[in-house]
Amino acid sequence: MGSYGVPIYYLLTHILENEVVKPPEITSRTLELGSKYSPDFVCTPFKYTLGTMIESIEKGANLLIQMGGGCRYGYYHELQEQILKDLGYSCTVLNLVSGGRKISYKELKKYPLKIKKRHFLKSIYITKKMVYYMDKMDDYIRTHRCYEKKKGSFDKVRKEMLASFAKVKGVRDLFKTYRKYKKKMEDIPLNQPERRIRVGLIGELYTLMEPAANEEVEKLLNSYGFEVKRYTDVTYLLFEKKRKVRKYLKNFFVKYCMGADALDNIHHTKELCEEGYDGIIHMKSSFCTPEIGAMPIIEKVAQEYQVPVLFFSMDMHTSETGFLTRLEAFCDMLEMRKQ
Amino acid sequence: MDKVTVGIPRGIPYYYDGEFWKFFFQKCNIEVLNSPSTTQEIVDRGISLAPDEMCLSMKIYLGHLDYLEGKCDYLFVPRIDRFDDANQTCTNFLSFYDLAKTYFKTPILNYNIDCHNDLLDGALEIGSLLSIPRVSILKAYDEALEKAKEIKRVKNKKQLELLKEKQKKVLIVSHAYNIHDALIGSDLLKMLKENGIIVLYSDYFLSEDTNPLASKLSKKLYWKYSRDSIGAIPLCEDVNGIIFLSTFPCGLDSLVHELVIRKIKKPYLNLVIDNLSSFTGLETRVESFVDLLEQS
Repeated sequence: MGSYGVPIYYLLTHILENEVVKPPEITSRTLELGSKYSPDFVCTPFKYTLGTMIESIEKGANLLIQMGGGCRYGYYHELQEQILKDLGYSCTVLNLVSGGRKISYKELKKYPLKIKKRHFLKSIYITKKMVYYMDKMDDYIRTHRCYEKKKGSFDKVRKEMLASFAKVKGVRDLFKTYRKYKKKMEDIPLNQPERRIRVGLIGELYTLMEPAANEEVEKLLNSYGFEVKRYTDVTYLLFEKKRKVRKYLKNFFVKYCMGADALDNIHHTKELCEEGYDGIIHMKSSFCTPEIGAMPIIEKVAQEYQVPVLFFSMDMHTSETGFLTRLEAFCDMLEMRKQ
Repeated sequence: MDKVTVGIPRGIPYYYDGEFWKFFFQKCNIEVLNSPSTTQEIVDRGISLAPDEMCLSMKIYLGHLDYLEGKCDYLFVPRIDRFDDANQTCTNFLSFYDLAKTYFKTPILNYNIDCHNDLLDGALEIGSLLSIPRVSILKAYDEALEKAKEIKRVKNKKQLELLKEKQKKVLIVSHAYNIHDALIGSDLLKMLKENGIIVLYSDYFLSEDTNPLASKLSKKLYWKYSRDSIGAIPLCEDVNGIIFLSTFPCGLDSLVHELVIRKIKKPYLNLVIDNLSSFTGLETRVESFVDLLEQS
């Protein structure tokens, strides 16, 4: 998912003795493969992950690791395993979270995983820190890339950073690398603008975090000169969400938790409106049930604060031109409102 | 004080707890206004309110609520989260209340079922909102629950008797709110009856029987109502065919039905209904399925 392949690969190679296959980048072939063997109206992440699984198996993998969430995401693995078996591949899908429950050590032992006991906790700690630093950097990039003097300088530094993150040896080494690239990024020359236009990006997690699934919307918005704020990242989902949901329930728009990230998105809409953002873009994969339930409420909240919202539903059939037209029209409207 | 009217929409949760609440309010002497069976007009109301991608059953539910808006003092909208970790519900069930609150101005009677609250807590909450004394709530709860259970037992007994008949039998695997809906399921049922086929409903069996059996088909399934419905498949081993009925785009059925279809070895028909389905198209598919059954 996005650039998170780097820390995940780091973690798996450091805690497992088994051989780890790096999944290939998502291309149109991935999605084609995925949607060919998927049920018709399943949500799009299912198709992406199934496509990636098939491509990884072709590269030699036979144990695939799938995560789970608060919606039907937790049930993906069972159907995916069945589909792969029917296709004639011999493989097992290991699911780490299902129906809100984490896998127990007893269940994990059934799988042919050889876990290195040495440096086990250290590797996990480094991965956690690495994800945290990456998310911090990405936050910085999203708000500053739009003003860069020389196009592409942020992306270049980011790429270098990820490459050296993959090779870090210890906690201190990671911290040093982070400091080095942070300095580098802060040194990139910027055009200080007179007025800033800020856009909030909310929605379903996969579509937001996978650039192949959202037509690189962040880069596009940045290239129009807009600052982007996005709450959803791995740090938020894994480490902060649980704590914050309780706080979100006190907000007067919603009484109950609505599954997956629906509640978070409603609260983020309110927060973005109160902080004076100029517009909100809501993205989801098509047929994402929790987000569909949240959309009317998001619309109502935004209406109360008089902030425009644009809804995107991304699918494999989303045409790039249609997407661009809608996005550009929205951005023009924001600029006109600002004047 | 004037008598209050509670509006109960004939939508999704009605098909699970509807009878219980009907008896409960009867015992408590509260007037109930049920919305009529689903008509095209109600569907259209729902479609105009809801986002495009919402599932048809949910649109119908919103249509029913819209019908009741202004006609009663309270709308009756529950929220059902989970019974335990292995028995959760669709995320639409979690958003009933908040969606209804967004769309409608009529005050809402709401109760919540999750790990900490069950139906009794719901009844107490509803009762105290309507200022019914606690003693009579408890009495009404016991009686209503017994009555609702009795109805379920009778249905179950009938099904088990039908299962022994020699005629061609078909099991319909579907959520209760789809197959018993006047618009979604009635055409299919009519066609099957015309062809002299015995119809068994997955939701008429007792949940206690079907729920554990679901593990035979899917080990990690964690949705209660899906478990209840697919658990009926191992229970009815000597049916001639299985019909899967779902609405477009149901999140649970898209995965569960696909998995089950890959595992069963019986003739099956997978029907997905949306608001544009044509009667003729349905007729053709059901007829050819019936022909297939008669040949087997």
